[in-house]
Amino acid sequence: MSAMTQSDISIDRIAPQAKSRPVRQVRGLSDRTIAWLFVMPTIALLLAINIFPLIWMIRLSFTSLNLSMAYLPLRFVGLDNYADILSDDDIWNRLQITARFVLASVSIEVVLGFGLALMINRQFRGHSFWTTVILLPMMLSPAVVGNFWTLLAQPQIGPFNYVVSFFTGIAPNSFTLIGDVALAPWTIVMVDAWMWTPYVMLICLAGLRSIPDYIYEAAEVDRASPWRQFWSITVPMVMPFLMLAVLFRAIETFKMFDMVNLLTSGGPGSTTELVSISLKRAAFEKWRTGYSSALAIILFVTVFGAANIYVKALNRVKQR
Amino acid sequence: MTSASTTAHSIVEASPRSKALAGVIVILYAVVTIAPLLWIAATAFKSPSDAIAYPPKVLFQPTLEGYVNLFTIRTRQTPDFIASLPPAQTWYDRLVRSHDMVIAGPSKVVPRFINSIVIGFGSTFLAVVLGTLGAYAFSRFRIPLADDLLFFILSTRMMPPVAVAIPIYLMFRELNLNDTHLGMILLYTAVNVSLAVWLLKGFIDEIPREYEEAALVDGYTRLQALRKVVLPQAVTGIAATAIFCLIFSWNEYAFAVLLTSGTAQTMPPFIPFIIGEGGQDWPAVAAATTLFVVPIVLFTVLLRKHLLRGITFGAVRK
Amino acid sequence: MALAGFASQPAAAQGKQLTLCWAAWDPANALVELSKDFTKQTGVDMKFEFVPWTSFADRFLNELNSHGKLCDLIIGDSQWIGGAAENKWYVKLNDFFDKEHISMKDFVDATVVGYSEWPKNTPNYWALPAMADAVGWTYRKDWFSRPELQAEFKSKYGRELAPPKTYDQLKQIGEFFQGREIDGKKVYGAYIFTERGSEGITMGVTNVLYNYGFQYEDPKKPYRLAGFVNSPEAAKGLEFYKSLYKCCTPPGLTNAYMQEGLDAFKSGQVAMQMNWFAFFPGLYKDPNVGGDKIGFFVNPAGPGGHFTQLGGQGISVVATSDHKEDALKYIKWFAQPAVQQKWWDLGGYSALKAVVEAPGFLNSAPFAPQFLESMGIVKDFWAEPAYAQLLLDMQKRVHDYVVADKGTAKEALDQLVKDWGKVFKEQGKEVAAQ
Repeated sequence: MSAMTQSDISIDRIAPQAKSRPVRQVRGLSDRTIAWLFVMPTIALLLAINIFPLIWMIRLSFTSLNLSMAYLPLRFVGLDNYADILSDDDIWNRLQITARFVLASVSIEVVLGFGLALMINRQFRGHSFWTTVILLPMMLSPAVVGNFWTLLAQPQIGPFNYVVSFFTGIAPNSFTLIGDVALAPWTIVMVDAWMWTPYVMLICLAGLRSIPDYIYEAAEVDRASPWRQFWSITVPMVMPFLMLAVLFRAIETFKMFDMVNLLTSGGPGSTTELVSISLKRAAFEKWRTGYSSALAIILFVTVFGAANIYVKALNRVKQR
Repeated sequence: MTSASTTAHSIVEASPRSKALAGVIVILYAVVTIAPLLWIAATAFKSPSDAIAYPPKVLFQPTLEGYVNLFTIRTRQTPDFIASLPPAQTWYDRLVRSHDMVIAGPSKVVPRFINSIVIGFGSTFLAVVLGTLGAYAFSRFRIPLADDLLFFILSTRMMPPVAVAIPIYLMFRELNLNDTHLGMILLYTAVNVSLAVWLLKGFIDEIPREYEEAALVDGYTRLQALRKVVLPQAVTGIAATAIFCLIFSWNEYAFAVLLTSGTAQTMPPFIPFIIGEGGQDWPAVAAATTLFVVPIVLFTVLLRKHLLRGITFGAVRK
Repeated sequence: MALAGFASQPAAAQGKQLTLCWAAWDPANALVELSKDFTKQTGVDMKFEFVPWTSFADRFLNELNSHGKLCDLIIGDSQWIGGAAENKWYVKLNDFFDKEHISMKDFVDATVVGYSEWPKNTPNYWALPAMADAVGWTYRKDWFSRPELQAEFKSKYGRELAPPKTYDQLKQIGEFFQGREIDGKKVYGAYIFTERGSEGITMGVTNVLYNYGFQYEDPKKPYRLAGFVNSPEAAKGLEFYKSLYKCCTPPGLTNAYMQEGLDAFKSGQVAMQMNWFAFFPGLYKDPNVGGDKIGFFVNPAGPGGHFTQLGGQGISVVATSDHKEDALKYIKWFAQPAVQQKWWDLGGYSALKAVVEAPGFLNSAPFAPQFLESMGIVKDFWAEPAYAQLLLDMQKRVHDYVVADKGTAKEALDQLVKDWGKVFKEQGKEVAAQ
């Protein structure tokens, strides 16, 4: 590991008077320079790829730019795009659909993930192998997943309906996962949970493993029941990890585009049209650049605000 | 809290019965969750008509058609024409000709795979390097507005890729970065670096400063201290970060489909659109999916130990 | 990887190369074959970039918008003509046609208007008609000729079990086959387009709407939509399409376009299939359902007329190409009658009158008569520069109503009038009060 051993350090500490200048500026670049050098590339890259485009986008959102009709004169339309979006029932509908998707997916992932982590933490024989198996769905490309689930969920030629039929007896072609107005929103939740439960499980597992044994041993001495231990020790100590998992999954699920677009194209009708899909259609199929920039800004402000509130809550939990 | 030990903790050793129960539940979940993947892996060995058989076939005659179709472009010919050709030299030629088709050339899958490797690993490497340096700086030095900067860095991850793609599309168009490896690597690095800084800061926070201080006292420069003291101890964190960054870059679709078309196109926009005769060539798609997930699985399995530790973001510890 | 059968490199070509962009489907493979002649004649190598239909518009409009250099030649969809002309994505071909004595009168009129002209009905040409196409239908001739089925049908409906001439007849046949057991498998009546993402359900529903009296605008007053898009007859037509979807199609096809139709028909799930003529050569050659088992019929008529949805594309030279001279050479070569004839023989659909009106044409393929008849009754969607917005709006409203059971047909069409009005207003067109 480290190139130096403890003995080296102690020996060298014997002769402090060899240092004539303050330690911090002894050789090479100063700390301040290094700090700058180390942080600048990252900040510069983020400014170029995130901030500058964001500012450009804010400017665009006040225009009527349509890329496929760029020969039309560019009009400055003020807040028209924003007014359009905020008064559009369809957009609110999409946001609702997205919110429901996030809520349902993350809830299921948390329950399943935490449960699995608890089970795996018992360390039964072979748990390491099975953990790796559970991780597999997470490693696929969401776009590819959405695409091949169209085959799996096809009532005539896909296996899913036949398996359900095998266990419950209902006819394989009596329901369509992707086509039923009632089922489609749950199908996208199911596929998302299938993919990302392992992620939450990993985080919870790390949380569980970070709880030191002595706390449980003390509780045993106090003769606290396993149930009591669970609620007073396990849950509170895993809570920060869980909240972090919820934050990350919620952000990612809110951004979801590829899996759902390839699975349902937002259908049937618009029952699974997440807000990212609406955005993609407005920006890259209708080429309404000004309008979609405004929508993107609105989305960003929403997520940013929500995340801000959440992180403050998370910090308070950490404090406890 | 002193630095966390790496040994696993468990809720005071569970009873054999509860272990068995836990095992059963987990194995059940694992089997159910992996069944779709097994179906896909199997589909790669079906013939195109078996793959869309009605009703679906569980038992079938395996064939390598899917893999051959994935790597080749074929044209359908009349049996007479095929009979008039010189005899087939290789097994895949024979296989294709047995279906009244002739191989017309290699498909685009290999260049796409290479693009994925170049862009995926390139952006991961860059993100990890920049992330390590940035994380070290945030961890060890007092950077003005550190908390705000860190939140700013995190917030860059909150935008849907489609939204970010709007101005990036325009920007790349101006700079002629459309459909280039460089453009995609820069973009993916920018997306990954935020996660990298956050994760690595957590790890580096855990490494006691005493070691570096001692090295500095010894006359090492800050940079040497970083290289000799901190990096070796951060290997676990770096590995975990690398896995997450790679998984993102490898599997990313939205940016790839909007900002590339030919030269720099990666696998995710390519796989769902592999067309056979008229319809989607499901065995070829399944073959591509299987092959595409292999590097990620290998990478993860090799670095598995680090992955678990990697989840303990320093952000959660005091 | 062995390249058995691949064209050998022509000598002294100076490494010249053209890239042709099109959709990935059967005719594209035929074009690859055909183009080998061009390479032999001129020494210019042809490279192809084919993209599946579901992402065809996305990908190539993106490419054209970003002034990409990928394509020298592009066989773009007929609806792109307006945008391509206004945005100067394509090279205007009038001078070239005059110089090379290529006359648009030699091509089927509907294809010239549909694939080449912008503005419509003016002699401004932006493409050479390359692939003539329309929506047609296939059916299982072998099932139709089963004596027991014929007898049952005749006793039930009082007429022969034969390809339908009207949509009411089609629905009856669909109901007849829906859920029936044939050869031990449950089969269904018909397959129709329902795709949500790109253009599928619109390209399907217009085949019914046109024949119920739907019109895009007042023929006397451009961009006047109300009363023509959402007339009571149009609403009835939309209702009919939905009733067809509900009564007579296989379950699970809620987002299905060309390839799913081929899969459904080839795997023996449906008695009748709506699809583009482009696929019929391949279907005829299919080992499972081709040959004697397959028959073809023209899109049936309705109470308001007899039309079918126009498909097809023209071939254009991309303005940002660095090889315009060679690209024009390709177009000149492609326009020759001998090449057009070979194009038809290989499985493409020529738009040249000399080919489709030749004496032997009707017998050259079992679907040739239906194709010729269809090309005489075609109607196209908007080809405005804003066509993408118009199309996506219609996709949404129609899919919401037909598949997602939202609202009534009249409401869907009323919304569509509002949507389209907004699009046109944004462009400064005079839109009559809706």
